[in-house]
Amino acid sequence: MSSSTIKTSNIKFVITSSSIGTLIEWYDFYIFGMLAGIISKQFFPEDSGTAALLSTLALFAAGFIVRPFGALVFGRLGDLVGRKYTFLLTLVLMGGSTFCIGLVPSFSSIGWAAPILVLILRLIQGLALGGEYGGAATYIAEHSPANQRGFYTSFIQTTATIGLFVALGVILLVRNWQGIEAFNEPWGGWRYPFWASLLLVIVSIFIRLKMHESPMFTKAKSTGNIAKNPLKESFSNKANFKMVLLALFGAVMGQGVIWYTSQFYAQSFLENVVKLNFDQCRTIMLWAILGATPFFIFFGWLSDKIGRKWIMLGGMLFGILCYLPIFKTFLKDTDIKEWQKQDQTLLSTKTVIKKYQADSLIISTKQYQTAQKHSYFITTTDTVLYSLGAKIALVKKDTNPVLLKTINKSTYIKFIGLIFVMILFVTMAYGPIAAFLVELFPTKIRYTSMSLPYHIGNGVFGGLVPFLSTLIVEYSKSSSPPNGNPIAGLYYPIIVASICFVIGAIYLPSNKKNESID
Amino acid sequence: MNTLKKLLGVIWMILSPITVAFLVYETVIKYQEALPHAKANTLLQWSIILLIFIPIAIGLFIFGKYAFENEFNTED
Repeated sequence: MSSSTIKTSNIKFVITSSSIGTLIEWYDFYIFGMLAGIISKQFFPEDSGTAALLSTLALFAAGFIVRPFGALVFGRLGDLVGRKYTFLLTLVLMGGSTFCIGLVPSFSSIGWAAPILVLILRLIQGLALGGEYGGAATYIAEHSPANQRGFYTSFIQTTATIGLFVALGVILLVRNWQGIEAFNEPWGGWRYPFWASLLLVIVSIFIRLKMHESPMFTKAKSTGNIAKNPLKESFSNKANFKMVLLALFGAVMGQGVIWYTSQFYAQSFLENVVKLNFDQCRTIMLWAILGATPFFIFFGWLSDKIGRKWIMLGGMLFGILCYLPIFKTFLKDTDIKEWQKQDQTLLSTKTVIKKYQADSLIISTKQYQTAQKHSYFITTTDTVLYSLGAKIALVKKDTNPVLLKTINKSTYIKFIGLIFVMILFVTMAYGPIAAFLVELFPTKIRYTSMSLPYHIGNGVFGGLVPFLSTLIVEYSKSSSPPNGNPIAGLYYPIIVASICFVIGAIYLPSNKKNESID
Repeated sequence: MNTLKKLLGVIWMILSPITVAFLVYETVIKYQEALPHAKANTLLQWSIILLIFIPIAIGLFIFGKYAFENEFNTED
């Protein structure tokens, strides 16, 4: 396609209309993961905290696991019927299922119907997302001139991270507006982000209805050059199938784990391992995402100039080398034992006594501030036996108090910087990858062929980072150390990214740029 | 470079069954180690992991086979 055939105003409309819909789909998909703790409590029977978390994470993974199936189902449809109508359908499915999740009553109201309904809706979300991205990336690429394909498709690459940003922002806003208790209630504010999706999707559908079919697909259709069976042509044709495998093992697998480790796992780590307070965790992510997002476009643009391969692999290599030192820094800078060595001021103290069966619980919360202006709450729960009449005996002293930390300003800025650096790795690995995938496959099977490796790499390898990393940390627990190795969860993304880097470096074609696609 | 691609193809073919064997072994071990009330949950988690990663491991084997058959060779 020559650049003269596409007017600047047209390509702007193509990018905007495609990107808004894709952004909304990512938003829909991520709010579920971000509200995993509340969803776990609302929709699953109460058990231990870990069991509930794993149930939710498993459900989270279920959403990701069906993404490759969505890629096949909608990819096939997109190669047969066209790009426009296929990703219009995925948008409707995604918006509808997200809205409905916000309507499902809690487990206490309707019992097991609640988790079953949520699971079904989550699966529909996964299917829809599986069909969306490949369509949007293909659609933009098929409108782009060859020498600017990396630049134009990089806008669609920003949508996943901006979707994460919007999801974080909306949740933070509603939570601060409503207050924590009202937010966590069965019909509280945590449902609003799901309901908001309906409005966003209606707007996006309206915009997408004005879009025209991709010129390359229209041309292929008019000349009868469309696949009769895209699945068969993609995966039984050796020449295509080997490129599907190469895309997966040499690029997307590593990019997927880098994406999820730098953004999702980092946030989870700050909140659950470092024990940073809710607001600081999220605002750190928000500032870092805000600063790093333009670099998706920069690296997409750069890939048009110097080729895509080494930019993507560079992002992976930096992740492999830097994750352990960065995550160790998070732990070192918030080490409560080090804080307690400093002069401390007791800011507040609160004691609550609660009845628990025949005994009582003394819940003491103290807030301290260190000389370096860090502060932390420490909550201990001791059990007191009252049943001996006037004699009161302490039968169980809490040796594992709950901590909630607030870091000082300079550490806060440092953490933003570290997360920013990790998201830069994402922008390198992810920014050029849409153009890279599009260029691997011909028009008639492009939607199917590029969607599958993308969603296996991101959905399976990447999407399972929080789940598998949590499991690895659980399994590292023993009598010594009882809390396990907190950074053991990083071994999974580092190993996957390392294998991918080796395969990519050796097998990916070097620095092909400005190739025309047909 | 083409020789390296071919030789590494063997590594990917070997890595594939090793991955599957490791996952099956881990599934059995974790199931045996799990507390009675947690066995169902553990089995479910590891079954999902097996279900997903076995086809991917097969894909890695095919990738290695293609590499060994010089399918990814370039003229350099």
